[in-house]
Amino acid sequence: MAEAFIYDAVRTPRGRGKSDGALHDVQPIQLLTTVLRELRDRNQLDTSLIDDVIMGCVTPIGEQGADIARTAALEAGYAESVAGVQLNRYCSSGLEAINMAGAYVMSGQVDAIVAGGVESMSRVPMGSDGGALFMNPQIVARHKIVPQGISADLIATKYGYSRQDVDTFAAESYRRAVEAQAENRFARTLVPIKDAIGITLLDYDEGVRPGTTTESLGKLKPAFAAMGQMGLDALALLKYAQFDTINHVHHAGNSSQIVDGAAGVLIGSTAFGEQSGLKPRARIKAFAIVGSEPTIMLTGPIPATHKVLKRAGMTISDIDLFEVNEAFAAIPLLFMEEFGVDHSQLNVNGGAIALGHPLGATGTIISATLIDELERSNKQFGLATLCIGGGMGIATIFERVN
Amino acid sequence: MINYSLDQHIAIITWAMTSSPMNVLNDESIPQFEAALEQAFADESVKGIIITSAKPEFVAGADLKMILRNNDKDPAEMLKVSLGLNRVFRRMETSGKPVVAAMNGTALGGGYEICLACHHRIALSNPKAVIGLVEVTIGLLPGGGGTQRLPRMIGIQAALTLMLEGKKVGVPEALKLGMVDEVADSPADMMEKAKAWIAANPAPLRPWDSIDRKTGKIVGKENFKVPGGNVQSAVGAQTFGAGTAMLMEKTKGNYPAPLAIMACVYEGLQVNMDRAIMIEARYFVQVATSKVAKNMIQTLFLGMNEANKGVSRPKDVPKTDVKKLGILGNSPMVAELVSLSEQAGMEVVLLNDTTPGPDLTSLDLLIEAFSGSLTRSDVSAWPDNAVGIHSLWPLEKSQLVEIIVSQQTADSTLATAFDYVRKIRKTAIIVSDSPGFYLSRCAETYRAEGLAMLTEGVNPVLIDNGGKGAGMPTGPLASVEYLPALTSPAENQPTLDEVKTRLLYRQAIEAIRCLEENVVRTKLDADIGSILGWGFPAYTGGAVSFVDFVGLATFITTCDRLADAYGERFRPGTALRERAGQKSFD
Repeated sequence: MAEAFIYDAVRTPRGRGKSDGALHDVQPIQLLTTVLRELRDRNQLDTSLIDDVIMGCVTPIGEQGADIARTAALEAGYAESVAGVQLNRYCSSGLEAINMAGAYVMSGQVDAIVAGGVESMSRVPMGSDGGALFMNPQIVARHKIVPQGISADLIATKYGYSRQDVDTFAAESYRRAVEAQAENRFARTLVPIKDAIGITLLDYDEGVRPGTTTESLGKLKPAFAAMGQMGLDALALLKYAQFDTINHVHHAGNSSQIVDGAAGVLIGSTAFGEQSGLKPRARIKAFAIVGSEPTIMLTGPIPATHKVLKRAGMTISDIDLFEVNEAFAAIPLLFMEEFGVDHSQLNVNGGAIALGHPLGATGTIISATLIDELERSNKQFGLATLCIGGGMGIATIFERVN
Repeated sequence: MINYSLDQHIAIITWAMTSSPMNVLNDESIPQFEAALEQAFADESVKGIIITSAKPEFVAGADLKMILRNNDKDPAEMLKVSLGLNRVFRRMETSGKPVVAAMNGTALGGGYEICLACHHRIALSNPKAVIGLVEVTIGLLPGGGGTQRLPRMIGIQAALTLMLEGKKVGVPEALKLGMVDEVADSPADMMEKAKAWIAANPAPLRPWDSIDRKTGKIVGKENFKVPGGNVQSAVGAQTFGAGTAMLMEKTKGNYPAPLAIMACVYEGLQVNMDRAIMIEARYFVQVATSKVAKNMIQTLFLGMNEANKGVSRPKDVPKTDVKKLGILGNSPMVAELVSLSEQAGMEVVLLNDTTPGPDLTSLDLLIEAFSGSLTRSDVSAWPDNAVGIHSLWPLEKSQLVEIIVSQQTADSTLATAFDYVRKIRKTAIIVSDSPGFYLSRCAETYRAEGLAMLTEGVNPVLIDNGGKGAGMPTGPLASVEYLPALTSPAENQPTLDEVKTRLLYRQAIEAIRCLEENVVRTKLDADIGSILGWGFPAYTGGAVSFVDFVGLATFITTCDRLADAYGERFRPGTALRERAGQKSFD
């Protein structure tokens, strides 16, 4: 089997996903074409060597609809022969795109792909695409489908994470993000977003709030308690009958931020690298996808990690660095507990709680951050994993080769 | 019968059934109604149609016996019944002639669906009239287009609230909600308004219909905008996501009809009316052929009617009428009895032990009221003209009481007690004197089984959630006053299903023993008593019908398994063993 290499990675800054966010007046297609152009220009790529552009997008309607990947390839000025496909595996879409691209390259049927994702959450609101999973009464009832915040609080309830636990984790995420920004650790990957007349709109992750502490987070009200009262806690507890209530510990400050952003990585075979005169930065060592219990929904990183380690013939101690998406603070807490991983190895530059979670792009962003950090800290193996809506988990092991 | 008359080129179709006390939709009336409508559609001189009733009520709903008859038949048979009725209703909307409902009185279920299929609804200002889609209360859904027309008229949220609760509303409320369009002061005014509306609207079109340009026919409109928001909208996402959760919180998934109503609205309102009717019909057939609908119709509707008519009351004793009642005692129940009896028009005399009361012979009935548990078997000490009346809950909350008879109780005494209970609008079952009677004895097994699990180390939260999840109003431990000191929960916890099974089976097997021991005399009394008396879940049809709900063979096998695992209290007795080869308990 051929090997698949990451040759480069680019991402936009993450703008707060509200109408006063810095990227709100930037169309999602502009975010994505910026990424594609940067990948091309800084690597002096002959884009006719690229077979396909695979982009994750979780709310592919409105201006994110109609195969935004192909639209972006055209608009970025890539060769006409470069195809495009949009995929949706919820929050993992950006990593799913990498895995798919990796699989294509490993299969020998494809030489090079740009894989990534995009989500302008301020312009195309999360959930605005509806979906049978969340709306069809019989599906909701049969599978006890609740919003993710309720699921995250159910994890905290089941595994005993207190409000103090999740707030402490979140404050550390902020502290690390502030430090990473101060040390310019995202510089290699991050490309500023400029407007039509060349003025920079944003060149850093906008949601990072210096000075955030466990105490300041402690003042925020639980975000999902009221929603839970409207039958949603009860629905989840029909399956988790060993508990009489759900402990609502998550809020805006210890959950991932709603943001706008896009990312892309250049993935190709050894031959593609040679032909393009590019040195690989990392190898896709192994990846795994798994379905998990859909009501608690967000525990998928655990089985996905077991699966990918087994596939790679590795153990948890072989991995140097972890990126576990901070959809909610309880997810990385559960990951650390289950695998005995120390926080010093995990999300070392902060995570989505401080930096934001542009749904379709996050999987690509955390992979890029992981590869950057493997290089910066001179480590070999990194594992990226995300929890996924509908009860799924994804995990990929990257090996630094540069 | 359904009468047809003409008045100034307006056809008046009047429901006046003679075969049943109220107008109902059944195999007899539906074809007659259809024939009358077709006559009006075919007659070119007829400019409009008014539908009304000659009875105090408009139309009370579908004949549930008809639905029960089709319950275990091929679904295709039930679909025929459903589509037949819907074809008539759709014709009313699309014939081109204006059709007005002159709702002189109560219109429930299918009766209100007739009105929904009209172009205009005028209700008589009749304080006794109630209007609503009540099907869910007997395990059904509005299958005559109700789930499609009502939300298209008043919005998804408002319609779902009414249909999921099976809510009946009076005329003023119905007008406010948009369920009717106009209110008339008198029958004459109602007919005048109907005629005026027809004159002003010679070719009406419902908002969800349009005229096909090629054929000129009225067909369901594509892209109809639902008032208050479509299914695929932010409002819709909230309604169907959180709404389903709220529904499940109530039903615990034990009742298929409310969820099917949600599904009808969710699916039906995304397509045109003609296709929507098909969607509703399929769900109706699924629900109407379900065991739950059968159980609820049999026990809660037909069974209750029989019980209230006195199927268990001694037949030979003429109906008695308590006019003057004495009440002795000082329990909190006295006030309740006084209030209920006076509301029913009885003269009530309060007696106490110390002051001389009126001449006791002037009383038709003397009640001694006391509360608390019965520690001795009082009734057997009583002479032949005494009976006990017992309720597990305060009378205000309880729809049902048990009348306790001893071997000496005279039929006339029992009949008087029965008639009195009916007069205060409670349902009565008849129970032989024995420890705990029927209600307390069975209700106690629920608590005891919960406690047994607790002693075994089962998580108390799981125990109570098991009880509630099985459909009981509260968990078994909720009403236990003094819980034993908790040991830490055992390592291996049972599944939720196992907890539910133990709790329901334990009650059912006790009810069957009561039937075997003649503590309760009929299966119907046992079933009704279980649902209304101590809160056994209605979807099962009652504690004895529960056997058929799970299947007789399964019930016996499971009882034996439970007996082996948890104790002889689960072991089936002769009543079950003798029936082992049968298809059902009856």
